[in-house]
Amino acid sequence: MFGYYLDLALRSLARNKVLTTLMVVALALGIGATITTLAVLRLLSGDPLPQKSAQLFYPQMDPYPANQPFSRSGKMPWLLSYVDAMNLLRARRAQRQAAVALSQVKVMPQTADGNPFYADGVMTTADFFPMFDAPFQYGAGWSAGDDDARAQVAVIAGFLNDQLFGGADSVGHMIRIEGHDFRIVGVLRPWAPQPRFYALHLGGHSYGKGQGVFVPLQSARADGITPSAMMSYGPGSGMDHLETSPAIWLGVWLELPDAAAVSTYRRFLANYAQQQVALGRFQKSRTAMPALMEWLRGEHVVPDDARLQAGLAFGFLLICVVNTVGLLLAKCLRRSREIGVRRALGASRAAIFVQFMVEAAIVGMVGGVLGLVFAELGLWGIRHQPAQYAGLAHLDLSMFLFTFVVALAASLIAGLLPAWRACAVAPAPQLKAA
Amino acid sequence: MEIRPILASLRKHRIPTVLIVLEIALTCAVLCNAVFMIGQRVSAIRLPNAIDEHSLSTVGLSGTDEKTAGSDIPRNLAALRGIPGVQAAGAVSTLPLSHNNWGWSFGTSPDVSVFNKKTVNFSLFFLGEGADKALGLRLLEGRFFNADDYADSSFGSAPLPETHVTLVTHSIAERMWPGQSALGKTYYTTSHYYTVVGVIADVLRPNIDGQGEASNYFSAFYPMSAEGSKGNLRRYVLRSAPGDRDRVMRAAEQKLIELNPNGVTKSAIYSDMRDQYFADMRSMAWMLVLVCVVMLAVTAFGIVGLTSFWVGQRRQQIGIRRAVGASRGHIMQYFQTENFLLSGAGVVLGVAMAYGINLYLMQHYEITRMPWYYLPVSAVALWGLGQLAVLGPALRAANVPPVVATRSA
Repeated sequence: MFGYYLDLALRSLARNKVLTTLMVVALALGIGATITTLAVLRLLSGDPLPQKSAQLFYPQMDPYPANQPFSRSGKMPWLLSYVDAMNLLRARRAQRQAAVALSQVKVMPQTADGNPFYADGVMTTADFFPMFDAPFQYGAGWSAGDDDARAQVAVIAGFLNDQLFGGADSVGHMIRIEGHDFRIVGVLRPWAPQPRFYALHLGGHSYGKGQGVFVPLQSARADGITPSAMMSYGPGSGMDHLETSPAIWLGVWLELPDAAAVSTYRRFLANYAQQQVALGRFQKSRTAMPALMEWLRGEHVVPDDARLQAGLAFGFLLICVVNTVGLLLAKCLRRSREIGVRRALGASRAAIFVQFMVEAAIVGMVGGVLGLVFAELGLWGIRHQPAQYAGLAHLDLSMFLFTFVVALAASLIAGLLPAWRACAVAPAPQLKAA
Repeated sequence: MEIRPILASLRKHRIPTVLIVLEIALTCAVLCNAVFMIGQRVSAIRLPNAIDEHSLSTVGLSGTDEKTAGSDIPRNLAALRGIPGVQAAGAVSTLPLSHNNWGWSFGTSPDVSVFNKKTVNFSLFFLGEGADKALGLRLLEGRFFNADDYADSSFGSAPLPETHVTLVTHSIAERMWPGQSALGKTYYTTSHYYTVVGVIADVLRPNIDGQGEASNYFSAFYPMSAEGSKGNLRRYVLRSAPGDRDRVMRAAEQKLIELNPNGVTKSAIYSDMRDQYFADMRSMAWMLVLVCVVMLAVTAFGIVGLTSFWVGQRRQQIGIRRAVGASRGHIMQYFQTENFLLSGAGVVLGVAMAYGINLYLMQHYEITRMPWYYLPVSAVALWGLGQLAVLGPALRAANVPPVVATRSA
């Protein structure tokens, strides 16, 4: 029976080539636009560390004076001061903890003809690498002892290792950063979490290629390397004495394995802030400790434009579906007589309904395939856009399948009304008219 | 034209009528908002900027020793001024639309911490001697910095310049001292104060929010001596004839590398830098244009499809009307009026939806209220589109010969 419906549907679609093409192309455009924007949105709002993100937390507190708040809408300050960050790190109350700041650093190649260049640098502490599961190609990260000793050690990214050492094992070699020699202890495999959660508000990019150089925070500061972002909350702050300045410039990350550890840490953080109020360092005792994904959502890391595009594409798909409903309806009402004949010859209402749904499904499948082509075309277009995330735009298997689900759902919904109208056609008047 | 028969016939085809009205309404709603977003972006891309944008090229130089800046910067500038075609050269800390922002909040009273709600965030620009002329800043009131101003200014340990003179843009003057002359007025932060010696035409900040507000022009300028600059005068600005920019920029970069072997340079023609800043916005605007065009095409073809179907269905009725005396014009008018009514209903619904969507977007995104005139303009556009789309089917209907009436369907 199904084969017969298929045959009928194909015949009917072939009869009105222009109308059929119109329906398929409109549906395909709607689906293509939707899938393109959804793929981008998914990429941008994805989980940067799926295996770990639920255990990573970002503590926040508020050292700003009451009459000079950080934000007029009551937002928590984005970063921590050096004193507070170090107090949290030294307390060692979490399973792992690291402070992070970003900097542009000048790298001097050791070869004779090499020109100096700037690289994106990360100043951080030992737990950074194990906490974020950063994969090493050669060597490993530095130790907490290196942090305390202000050791001149560095971890470099794979792409920088390729550039400077031709991809060879460079552990033990020296690299000259901002005029100081650092010994390379580790080389990372390609690693660039998207979005770059740990770079948020530190003056780096949220998407695209990762940072090139990682150095211990205290060693870098001893060499006079300054962070890219710094916000002052009182008089007397300066770039040359950031450690004692009333200024926030560090992000701290914590790894807390379970709910009990989280609530214990929340209490510790609240107590710490209250202590600071008692000491007169803080005027406000409020604290916050969002988990990684909560932090990214709260800070609207996904660009507004990407979300607007997705909304627009959905609106467009809706218009295309309405359009398809209208055209399918027109087509099927035109065939009232054919339906009348089939009904008179014994086809049930259900049979007519199925026949028209099959026709709609064919439009949907063809629209889906074509929509996929449009989506690939759209993503190709996005890869050639100037946005920092552009290079990452691609269609994965789940989006691939999702395309067909959307296409089929859209066309079946579009087919429901016409099919229902078709099976409601009374056979007698149609036959009489003939 | 009699409307009642049209309404009667539409009532008999309720579902197709509702569908076509719905499609037009949705298109109208999306169109209004998309066109509004395009308009916002276009106006941001075209924001005026009172520097000599088309004559400037720039070379950034970083990684040099801050301690010798006092002799390095004058030496570099002298070399740059020696390049044929260079009309003026100067060193600055940042440029409009360069993303390199140094912001600070100031108030009009010495007691700023108490009146913090009244403080205004400025972007700070530091100018080395001669940079005002190189940039082509336009003075509206007062004076530019003099040699003493430059010599007296430096950086101490604070993240603010140790000087007491400043140039502000017209927009800052209006915001801080509305209705008064800003000349001689002072603005304060907890530790520093600055007195306005000149007001200049509006210069954009290093970062703007794209909303076309006055705050995009809150740029304040301070003099800075080469020796006291602590590595903050890193960008050399060159002014030349527009045709010379590329050559001058290359020559300047070459010269700076020769003079500063440890330095890292990065050069750009200013108008390219501006284009780069707006590249994302421009591509978004083009994407919106593309979606609008495709959407209008889909809607137009939808109208053509449905009307053609109606014409086909009513061939006999049309024949009868023609046979009893209706002219071709009458038949055309019938379908045009019908479409006019359908578009009208769709547009009314669509305008209401467009307004609703705008309200929603205002709550959830950084989008301002849509000016009212977008609504009638979109409405008229869709009305026009409907009439255009119906023209083909209506002509076909008008060509139905009266003899059809005598044949059985």
